[in-house]
Amino acid sequence: MTSPLRVGVRRPDGPEPDIELWLHVPSRLDLVGEAVDLLAAQTERERRTALSARQLRFHFRTALAEALANAIIYGNRLDPAKDVEVRIHVGSDQVRVEVTDAGDGFDPDALPDPTDPENVDREQGRGLYVIRHLADEVTFNAKGNRLCLVFRTQ
Amino acid sequence: MAFTVTTNKSGVVVVAVEGQLIVGNRQELKQKVLDALEKGGRKFVIDFTRTGYIDSSGLGVLVSLSKKIRELGGDLRLAGLNEDLQTLFELTKLDTLFSITRTPEEALAAF
Repeated sequence: MTSPLRVGVRRPDGPEPDIELWLHVPSRLDLVGEAVDLLAAQTERERRTALSARQLRFHFRTALAEALANAIIYGNRLDPAKDVEVRIHVGSDQVRVEVTDAGDGFDPDALPDPTDPENVDREQGRGLYVIRHLADEVTFNAKGNRLCLVFRTQ
Repeated sequence: MAFTVTTNKSGVVVVAVEGQLIVGNRQELKQKVLDALEKGGRKFVIDFTRTGYIDSSGLGVLVSLSKKIRELGGDLRLAGLNEDLQTLFELTKLDTLFSITRTPEEALAAF
């Protein structure tokens, strides 16, 4: 089966403009790994110095996989007719990643701490915690269906 | 991306994770370990020497398998975590929940 994933790229003119990448991911969990690989590879190809090797391999990949899984499962409720949209701005001193789902949003501050002793052996509930520790900046839009991650160039 | 299951002469089941352990393939790992449990395996080593990255649902499957194995009187050890994965286990405090050794050989020797 051919992959439905195609990364779009826009390279504006100018001295050091942000390069924009985008990808629409149907809400299928089996596509998460491939989507992450494609976006990591394209980010590195566009501006090799934007992220360190470790940031790209670990922080970027893990946080993006978490964000996609959350958007597919909780945002789009696994409806394959709904896409998750990923937009990445590759700048000269940071990489900004926006992940938007077609859901109704949620309150990110209402989640329990997964490292509390009473929660640490739970199977779920670590995704956003991991994202917050791996990205340099994490924000949501007011509705709660768009997550914005910033990774600063080291 | 693949999981290789081998059982050594002492009956220890070693599962090597190649590539990622994430939301898209965690069920496959879970099933392989459950199958080995079904066949009587009780001592398990999951070898991450050739693993790229793990997401929180991958971590969730490890937590669930660890509980299941303990319930049946068995033991699960994790081995071969690189610096990134070690960081992930520490920041989620899962390093306190699992028995982790540097190499799969050390995990086997400790049984």
